[in-house]
Amino acid sequence: MDAILLQILNGLDKGSAYALIALGLTLIFGTLGVVNFAHGALFMLGSFCAVTLSKILVISKVTIDPEKVDFLGNPLKVKTPYVMEWFGESAGSTIIDWSVPLAILFAIPVMLLVGYIMERGLIKHFYKRPHADQILVTFGLAIVIQEIVKAAFGANPIPTPAPDVFRGSYDFGVLIGMEANAVIYPFWRLIYFGFSATIIAAVFAFLQFTTFGMVVRAGMADRETVGLLGINIDKRFTFMFGIAAAVAGLAGVMYTPINSPNYHMGMDFLVLSFVVVVVGGMGSLPGAVLAGFMLGILESFASMNEVKGFFEALYLPSIDQIIIYLVAIIVLLTRPRGLMGRAGVMED
Amino acid sequence: MSKFTRRGLLKSSAVMGAGLAMPTLITSPVAAYTNEPTGGSVTLGFNVPQTGPYADEGSDELRAYKLAVEHLNGGGDGGMMNTFTSKALKGNGILGKKVEFVTGDTQTKSDAARASAKSMIEKDGAIMITGGSSSGVAVAVQGLCQEAGVIFMAGLTHSNDTTGKDKKANGFRHFFNGYMSGAALAPVLQNAYGKDRRAYHLTADYTWGWTQQESIQAATEGVGWETVNNVLTPLATTDFSSYIAPVLNSGADVLVLNHYGGNMINSLTSAVQFGLRDKQVNGKNFEIVVPLYSELMAKGAGANIKGVFGSTNWSWTLGDEGTKAFVKSFGEKYGFPPSNAAQTVYAQTLLYADACERAGTFNPCGVGESLEGFEFDGLGNGPTLYRKEDHQCFKDVLVMKGKDDPVNEYDALEIVEITPRAQVEYAPDHPMFAGGSLGKCNPGA
Repeated sequence: MDAILLQILNGLDKGSAYALIALGLTLIFGTLGVVNFAHGALFMLGSFCAVTLSKILVISKVTIDPEKVDFLGNPLKVKTPYVMEWFGESAGSTIIDWSVPLAILFAIPVMLLVGYIMERGLIKHFYKRPHADQILVTFGLAIVIQEIVKAAFGANPIPTPAPDVFRGSYDFGVLIGMEANAVIYPFWRLIYFGFSATIIAAVFAFLQFTTFGMVVRAGMADRETVGLLGINIDKRFTFMFGIAAAVAGLAGVMYTPINSPNYHMGMDFLVLSFVVVVVGGMGSLPGAVLAGFMLGILESFASMNEVKGFFEALYLPSIDQIIIYLVAIIVLLTRPRGLMGRAGVMED
Repeated sequence: MSKFTRRGLLKSSAVMGAGLAMPTLITSPVAAYTNEPTGGSVTLGFNVPQTGPYADEGSDELRAYKLAVEHLNGGGDGGMMNTFTSKALKGNGILGKKVEFVTGDTQTKSDAARASAKSMIEKDGAIMITGGSSSGVAVAVQGLCQEAGVIFMAGLTHSNDTTGKDKKANGFRHFFNGYMSGAALAPVLQNAYGKDRRAYHLTADYTWGWTQQESIQAATEGVGWETVNNVLTPLATTDFSSYIAPVLNSGADVLVLNHYGGNMINSLTSAVQFGLRDKQVNGKNFEIVVPLYSELMAKGAGANIKGVFGSTNWSWTLGDEGTKAFVKSFGEKYGFPPSNAAQTVYAQTLLYADACERAGTFNPCGVGESLEGFEFDGLGNGPTLYRKEDHQCFKDVLVMKGKDDPVNEYDALEIVEITPRAQVEYAPDHPMFAGGSLGKCNPGA
């Protein structure tokens, strides 16, 4: 029971990242009709917003300590971050410690801007081109972004920890009436799940309860008619591209303490997120979220030793690596439009 | 009427062709071996990951290679050439020829590594290939060099197979291996954590992970530990949470992470996040062990590495004269201390050049013979032997621990023990290294 609960939590946690990325992908596909293979790169850029802010916060004043020497025997250069100089040691170290949550504020305008530039500068020129062209250009763009990040930050992962107060783990079992230490789960992963759920709810609320969102939904259903009503739907869709970029970026920012960011992390998520979108149903926002969580949980269960052992006995080794694709095949065979796909999407 | 006939054309062409070829046939000596240098320079091929997950390690290796070339050609302060016990190198290149180099990008992929090595041999005329930051790559490139008839001086490769079942006559490894890590670590782990321990292994699913896990399991069981489970994790895994979660209720009180590079950083981070290091199991503190460390990994893992045991081939904090000379040269040139990957490839370049000088030839068979059974000191690892039977270097191994109070980013690891060479030696026919043979050296052309 403990192990099952742990894997459910794990699945929800993994699924959070899949769902957030898939939500952004679906938003872009549903509004602009573009298959955006650079979406994983936006997730990675969000992570590097957190890395950048944490590096900015430790920009230091250098003084020489004649009493100590460095590895070559030269007088030691002592670095004191400017934030500590300006706000005092205690407040300065708290600001540095909270760099990841603070990066949310930093990432939102940056990612909106990146999304705007990406859409206006490149992707809009491919709206009327075949999907294959869109995939090629966005995939190329993802590689370019990746290489720029690698040139700027190096190839190795950069540790960007959560604030001290959220490090370590939480006795989740006690919360639901189990004995102590039965289900221990990392604090930050629980926060990540809560954060993702909030963002997903906010996006749905925005689309459901605001006039802007209503127009966007109408445009997704019938772009031409909305245009005939005198509404500049293109402008709204560009804004939605920015929103999708910001959602991917925020998912990336909050992911940094879970796995140290590296330039390749976007690609690691991209393929799985596309499977999530297809399983959920192309263009379906609830489908993307549902499939994200469902495949995350399945992937976690498939990693259990008991499950792996069972499938190995059936001559199916490494089930944890193929489970998502197996399920995708089964879903698409039984429901060709995905779990919640709409008729007419990518069917012309 | 023209007397131009088809038969006449063929005859004239044959005569003209033979005439044109004659000077070449008379004047060009037949090369005795692949890429025999004929001019005033000799070209070495540095095949390192310049892109991909180990690109930072590749960059550090490339820095060290460039430093070695500078020193071989008489530039800089000479570095470890001054402390090397063999005095064959004079700072005038190799055998009087200026050392030049070409570089290739392995991308940490066997196919790409073989392609770049092939290109350096066939197009650039490289007489020796060196580098790599992965055992999969090293084994693949070593095989290619054997076929092509050039020497391969392996860089960072830790799998037992490189000088075990996949060893080749043209390949030489300075770096230590999984068996040596186990032999060095086990007694230290026993002293620190006792004999009654239950270990759970997470292992990267490829040649290096398999052989390291086998070595560590054998060594720790040798001091009384029990192995609870060994779970293979795909190399592409980035989120290890679903592999860490089962450890919590497995009854194990030690987690051994047979992971390297980004895999190790992510798995260790997950383990710490799940509170393993704060946990008490079987009445003991839960412990984590990372058998193979590197400075760059330690930097990536940050505070998570504090108090965690592992092993390395070399450390810039060693106090011997060779290490001091190398750290000074490297530090003054680049502004930070070298990694153990950098020291390995620097040493391999000097060892190759020295072997050529002592053999008096670049012929791979002569160079190989010169390296076989060669004993030396002054390159940072104490007295070292290049064993004839398997082309594996034997030297002291360092047991390291993540430092509790590092003073800077280069100070993440501290030396716990310098395990003497005798303790990590094994017979050439040891079962963990069985199944292959060096074969005959191949000079190529």
